[in-house]
Amino acid sequence: MIPELGEFALILALLLAVLQAFFGIAGPALGRDRWTAAVIPAVAGQFVMISTAMGCLMTAFIDNDFSVRYVAENSNSALPLFYRIAGVWGAHSGSLLLWIFLLGCWTLAAAFGTARLPRNFAARVLGVLGTVSIGFLLYTLITSNPFVRLDPPWADGMGLNPILQDPGLVAHPPVLYTGYVGLAVAFAFAGAALLEGRLDREWARWTRPWATSAWAFLTCGITLGSWWAYYTLGWGGFWFWDPVENASFMPWLMGTALIHSLAVTEKRGLFKSWTLLLAVLGFSLSLIGTFLVRSGVLISVHSFVASPGRGEFILTFLVIMIGAALGLYAWRAPQMQSEAGFELSARESFLLFNNILLVTACGTIFAGEMAPIISLALHLGKLSVGPPYFDPTFLLSMLPLLVLLPLGIHARWKRGGLGGRGRTLLIALAAAALIGCAVAFGVFTGAGILAPVSMTLGAWIILASLIDPIDRLRRRIAVPRAVLGMTVAHIGLGVFVIAMTAVQGFTAEQDVALTRGMSARDGGYTFQFERIKPVHGPNYGGAEAKILVTRHGKPVTVMYPQKRTYWVQHMVTTHSAIDINGGSNILVALGQNLGDGRWSFRLQVRPLVLYIWIGALIMAAGGLLAITDRRYRIAAEREAAATDPLPAGGSGP
Amino acid sequence: MIRYFAPLAVFAVIVVIFAFGLHQAPRKDLVPSPLIGKPAPSFTLPSLANPATPVSNAALRGHWYLLNVWGTWCISCRIESPELLAIARTGVVPLIGLDWKDSRSAAIRYLKQRGNPYQQIAFDPGGLEAIHWGVYGAPETFMVNPQGIIVYKYIGPITPGAWARDFLPRLQAGQAVSGS
Repeated sequence: MIPELGEFALILALLLAVLQAFFGIAGPALGRDRWTAAVIPAVAGQFVMISTAMGCLMTAFIDNDFSVRYVAENSNSALPLFYRIAGVWGAHSGSLLLWIFLLGCWTLAAAFGTARLPRNFAARVLGVLGTVSIGFLLYTLITSNPFVRLDPPWADGMGLNPILQDPGLVAHPPVLYTGYVGLAVAFAFAGAALLEGRLDREWARWTRPWATSAWAFLTCGITLGSWWAYYTLGWGGFWFWDPVENASFMPWLMGTALIHSLAVTEKRGLFKSWTLLLAVLGFSLSLIGTFLVRSGVLISVHSFVASPGRGEFILTFLVIMIGAALGLYAWRAPQMQSEAGFELSARESFLLFNNILLVTACGTIFAGEMAPIISLALHLGKLSVGPPYFDPTFLLSMLPLLVLLPLGIHARWKRGGLGGRGRTLLIALAAAALIGCAVAFGVFTGAGILAPVSMTLGAWIILASLIDPIDRLRRRIAVPRAVLGMTVAHIGLGVFVIAMTAVQGFTAEQDVALTRGMSARDGGYTFQFERIKPVHGPNYGGAEAKILVTRHGKPVTVMYPQKRTYWVQHMVTTHSAIDINGGSNILVALGQNLGDGRWSFRLQVRPLVLYIWIGALIMAAGGLLAITDRRYRIAAEREAAATDPLPAGGSGP
Repeated sequence: MIRYFAPLAVFAVIVVIFAFGLHQAPRKDLVPSPLIGKPAPSFTLPSLANPATPVSNAALRGHWYLLNVWGTWCISCRIESPELLAIARTGVVPLIGLDWKDSRSAAIRYLKQRGNPYQQIAFDPGGLEAIHWGVYGAPETFMVNPQGIIVYKYIGPITPGAWARDFLPRLQAGQAVSGS
């Protein structure tokens, strides 16, 4: 009964989504207030139906109902409850339902959040969200229904893909999807402005908290995925430029451009059509990401099982949704006149460059994603695009961004100039260069040119971000949350840049030969070879070394790398010892017995690697801090006061 | 105001590319493995049936073989299993299994129920060995020549059509050259 209830709820949700889209768009367009007012009940009803469907699928998983095909294929009675619940989004159909559920949550939040905005505008926002919901509900019901029954039911399920049985992977999809779907709200705000054909500075203020919170979730989601990849895929890299990683990174870059562009539109009434375009493109890229992951066009670690019809459906949906938005843009954007000009050295210019560089970075990644398909289409043979392409092209657009950031945050609006901060910034730069070079040449060794430069830039960003809050504190002026949020996010970026430079530039790796009691230095740590003893396994024998790791004479950890010999075929394998200390990642592998008690070891220290993810999380925290700024609340209350005299009963049925 | 139409025009081009990619998608070879033409990573892993006997691909030098990555949790592997049994019956090439991220008892039960197409099965519960082979998902099948070079990689379940089109010609050409 429960699966049928879930399916029925999904069908009702689809009908309500159609009503929501129709009333939300047609009501304001035809000036029918009663249609417009009907949007809110449609939103509420749809949310109830979607939650019911989600609850039904979860119940089927918890109750081990193996008569449901999706449950049977992705769960098992032996699976712990925790993973049975996570199994809901463990494969294609259920993860789509999660997508729809999160869209329902965001839509409900948007309904509350826009309650005090002009009624027609709020209805249009919800109407556009309704069209997105229609697309995904149709997709689920037609090609990927998770409630399909098996006849006869299976005695037990196949179990969840073992790769997914990991706490990191349980949290990764919901957080990432929350970010992806959140971009739909910014998209809907843009859609509503385009439908209205009018965009003012208030629009930017309304949109900012939504765009920023979606961006923060997206940041957290990507960070979780990167951390998971690092520790499960053999402590290798933190980013692989995998097609699906890119699919999440491109909307992030667009979202980052959008939150900066929105700042200009709110403060100065500029970049209007550009901001609209970014809002449309951000969500479009998250839809395109969905297409790439689920259509089988690109093969990747994240690939879902491709089945005929699914790809065609999403492509059609993409054409309708994005095509309509961009068509509307081409028609309406020319009317969105900017209000004023600005000097070349004004903050507007810096933010313009910020946008150009971020969009360029996004464009080069997109080109890299498309290259294998294009090359095949033009009969140029197969092509594989990897880090040798992505690393330099990405760096090329990001380095100038890091140089401009400290200047940009101090440049004044409109008139330009650094407002007397020029000297302070120079001092900060000198201090940063000192820190950067000291770290690059003093603490680590073997630095090239890029490492001290980007270390300096990272430190400069952190120092420059602190100037304004410290100045305000000294003058006993309160620091607004928005400024504090921006500061925190930029410090997070600085931390990230420094950590990434350390990992890329100063990963110390060497092979050494040691006798008992001897020690070697690597990456600032001292490794003392204490003893070696034989080990016995069921089918192998071998040796285990004991290594004392110290730093500046203080003990850090004890590591036990192993070397195993499988008896029958005399095959040798090594089992490295891995440790995390002070954000650095230490690895010791036992090598050959060189005779006379001498053994070879491979030592590797990957410094500060943990701070890559910590930096990214600080960025996200900054975003969330910024949206709690008082002016969003105060402005909302003012608008409530202003709109109240309008026809009463505007809050619903 | 032509420039406002530019995004739409770019999007139209992208859609055409996507449509083409979708058309090609069943071939699954848009992203070839960087390992093709490179020496196969050597491994020594415990055998699935008996943990005390290791399976190593060093012993396979001088022979063609297919390394098939599978797991009992993988739905596509179940679809693939009859075709693998058919290939094993022809005796054209030995199949070596890499049981990936699996539980030993489940895998043994699975092979008892469905039949075992593999000459040897290496057991890789932690999935570390598969990383060296660049395995993205199961099933994946690698074709390795007598010199130990990976000559071909197939992603997804092997179908009779794929066997005739993608595997047999390569094996026959290779075996004609090496004269075996």
